[in-house]
Amino acid sequence: MKRADYVSTTNACKLCKPLGACLAFRGIEGAVPMLHGSQGCATYMRRYIISHFREPMDIASSSLGEKHAVYGGGANLKQGIRNVMTKFGAGMIGVATTCLTETIGDDVPMILREFRKEMEQAGEATGLPPLVSVSTPSYSGTHMEGFHTAVRAVVDQLCTGDFPYEESAEKFVNLMPGFLSPADLRHLKEIVADFGLGCVMLPDISETLDGPALEDYEKIPAGGTPISGIKRMGSGVATLEFGHTLEGSSTAGMILHERFGVPLHQSGTPIGLRETDAFFKALELASGIKTPEKHALEKGRLVDAYVDGHKYLFGKRAVVYGEEDLVIGLTAFLAEIGIKPVLCASGGNSGRLRGCIQRVTAGLLEPPPIVAEGADFRKIEELCEEVSPDLLVGHSKGYSLSTKLGVPLVRVGFPIHDRFGGHRTLHVGYRGAQMLLDRIVNAILEKAQKESPIGYGYM
Amino acid sequence: MSNSASVIFQERKDQILRKGQDAFDMSCNRESLAGAVSQRACVFCGSRVVLYPIADALHLVHGPIGCAAYTWDIRGALSSGPDLHRLSFSTDLQEKDIIFGGEEKLYRALTELIDRHHPKAAFVYSTCIVGIIGDDLEAVCRKVASEKEIPVLPVQSEGFKGNKREGYGAACKAMFRLMGSGDTEDISPLSLNILGDFNLAGEIWIIRKYFDRMGIQTVANITGDGRVEDLGRAHGAALNVVQCSGATMELAKMMKESFGTPFLRVSYFGVEDMAESLYQIARFFEPKDPGIMERTRELVKTELSVLYPQLQEYRRELTGKKAAIYVGGAFKAFSLVKAFRLLGMKVVLVGSQTGTEEDYKELYEITDEGTIIVDDSNPLELSSFLKEKDVDVFVGGVKERPIAYKLGVGFCDHNHERKQPLEGFIGMLNFAREIHSSVMSPVWRFVPRRKAR
Repeated sequence: MKRADYVSTTNACKLCKPLGACLAFRGIEGAVPMLHGSQGCATYMRRYIISHFREPMDIASSSLGEKHAVYGGGANLKQGIRNVMTKFGAGMIGVATTCLTETIGDDVPMILREFRKEMEQAGEATGLPPLVSVSTPSYSGTHMEGFHTAVRAVVDQLCTGDFPYEESAEKFVNLMPGFLSPADLRHLKEIVADFGLGCVMLPDISETLDGPALEDYEKIPAGGTPISGIKRMGSGVATLEFGHTLEGSSTAGMILHERFGVPLHQSGTPIGLRETDAFFKALELASGIKTPEKHALEKGRLVDAYVDGHKYLFGKRAVVYGEEDLVIGLTAFLAEIGIKPVLCASGGNSGRLRGCIQRVTAGLLEPPPIVAEGADFRKIEELCEEVSPDLLVGHSKGYSLSTKLGVPLVRVGFPIHDRFGGHRTLHVGYRGAQMLLDRIVNAILEKAQKESPIGYGYM
Repeated sequence: MSNSASVIFQERKDQILRKGQDAFDMSCNRESLAGAVSQRACVFCGSRVVLYPIADALHLVHGPIGCAAYTWDIRGALSSGPDLHRLSFSTDLQEKDIIFGGEEKLYRALTELIDRHHPKAAFVYSTCIVGIIGDDLEAVCRKVASEKEIPVLPVQSEGFKGNKREGYGAACKAMFRLMGSGDTEDISPLSLNILGDFNLAGEIWIIRKYFDRMGIQTVANITGDGRVEDLGRAHGAALNVVQCSGATMELAKMMKESFGTPFLRVSYFGVEDMAESLYQIARFFEPKDPGIMERTRELVKTELSVLYPQLQEYRRELTGKKAAIYVGGAFKAFSLVKAFRLLGMKVVLVGSQTGTEEDYKELYEITDEGTIIVDDSNPLELSSFLKEKDVDVFVGGVKERPIAYKLGVGFCDHNHERKQPLEGFIGMLNFAREIHSSVMSPVWRFVPRRKAR
């Protein structure tokens, strides 16, 4: 049934572009994300991000007021950068624009050039941290476009080849994981290291947004991709870039390929067996060694668990929603375990979701699920009436829908605002698939147990 | 420790004060310093939080998606009936709307949503970008109001046009337009409107029950568990009681000017302020109802007889512990200072995002020697104050929580995310329980900063 599209948006299934850029910048060592716009944007995003990670998330702002909106915000931006440099001791400042400054027409790259020149003239240019700018008007694209655009900007502006760096004998890969959880990133680093490879992972929020208890409040949390690492990405043996929707577009990995000839391997986010296989295959290729026993065993245990759990899952109807590439990975996984994804929805609107879903479910899923691109929760709810799901898989903003439908919600991705430890959710690799499988089976068992009057002690 | 030790941003030096060391001279209500990571939000935020709890109105955010997404179901402002306020509506402006203007989309979105939800009124919030592209919100709202025959009210809340305080003003102006339209015939001479309470965790219901027991009719909740129709007849109430003065004081002043409604400033936090607020109200109505004072005394006595023994238990363990407060409006801070004193605790830091000179003067008067008073602070300053004063518990909102936790300091959310009522006499008990359970938790023994002591 084809419905008319709505003009209004109700309960969006996406966030705005600058938020993604701030998250990406947070994953770079010593970096401070900074928004060029009014004060509220930074504060809202901080609150939203803090509620998920339960970690400090400082986002500086140029705090524009009414007069700056009229006369331009350049002076405030420069003052803000100065404060972030001197008071935070930033090793990099990532400046993202907002809808306000895009619309008043502030030319941020030019303002930054002026700033550098002023610093040079004042003899203060030494120790000036790299300033990376990215254009992120919130009226075009979602937080994921903001995230990828920021990663691309970092590579574009820092990997210029004219920085002196030490040639190292170490063989390393560049890994662009996209927006995954700190637990995911730690696992990915572990996997790459087990192949005997070095790794420049960009960005890396595994420590910056999941840090230890400390003696002192860190002005900038430790961890993140080292700037020196980013500058030498051009000499990586390969770039692995996750996200099917990015394939063929001008990404960070593409720049490294075009500028330095680094072979680019684009693949899906490694969720589930086959997508993880593709990742391991790429690592075998890059390292020249076979998948280490430890991981082969994890894979074996995963397949074993697929078998153990299959009866509980076959034919169960799932609705998957969230960021496009996460939805693609989850759908690929769910189709493998016999669950029937019946609706795949995202607030993202790259135009690629449908094709990617078809590709990753080919041969496993007939008929293909309904794919809703650019969807909000109103639309998802309406489609749920048609597809009558048995469970929802997505972030915590689907909670009210799941209670309305009376089906379990398996919480994945971002944000998870209503549970503890959401940022420690593991999604990727054989291990991640194992954990997702356990949680999904248990969600289904719990519901069946609760609803049965018998009170089964064995399920 | 010298004063300069905690001055991180020279530009902000006169927004920080130490009682006893400095004479009262404090600068505030300024634009936030660029790059300082202010804890403040924007004009839109101010309007949104004030109007949000009006549960039978449509709240449409006109702008790109962020502003609506970050304020979806943002506060635990409960409703006893409709809960349209918990949905997040946006025009989700796209590039082409920015180029060609968003009025058409706004018109269509409003029409669509009003047809779908049949709200009693609609609030249309303008965001930064709307102020720049120049959509005529007023005209679109007027058109839709006449077509749909409900009030459709523009809220001029462009984010960059000031701070949260201006947003409160824009919200008050929008609400004021609803007033004077409703029937006031059945309103008792002993009646009031509750201003500046947002019914977080059901708090306004506690307060309304106190008023019931005193024999006072509550006409309109402004805005917790709020209704459009009640706002329309709010001018018929004999009195406005105003809490959180920053948010709704302007409305109280407008109502006084237009309808002659007198107002009292009240606070429902802490035993002292809660009781005094009820007595103030009773004194106001005493000429009309001489028995009201006795009923109020009885109420306070009953409540305290239950509360005090339990509070004493907490007080025993909390005495001498140190507290820090950083909240949105300074008014709440006054009550918190007193509430901590009641628990035997010492407030060593108190600050707010949007306090006025008057507010800070009052804080200066009620705090102890050595207390740091700060306006529009930021993580670097707050963390340095917490360390310097070796604080045991910090009261704030979500953005302050990780600052406390990273330093191994207890925390109490006194803002949107609270799930336990902190107002009223029962609220004081909940507050004491929460402070106690955070301060006394064994986890602090294991955090590095305290382990080293």
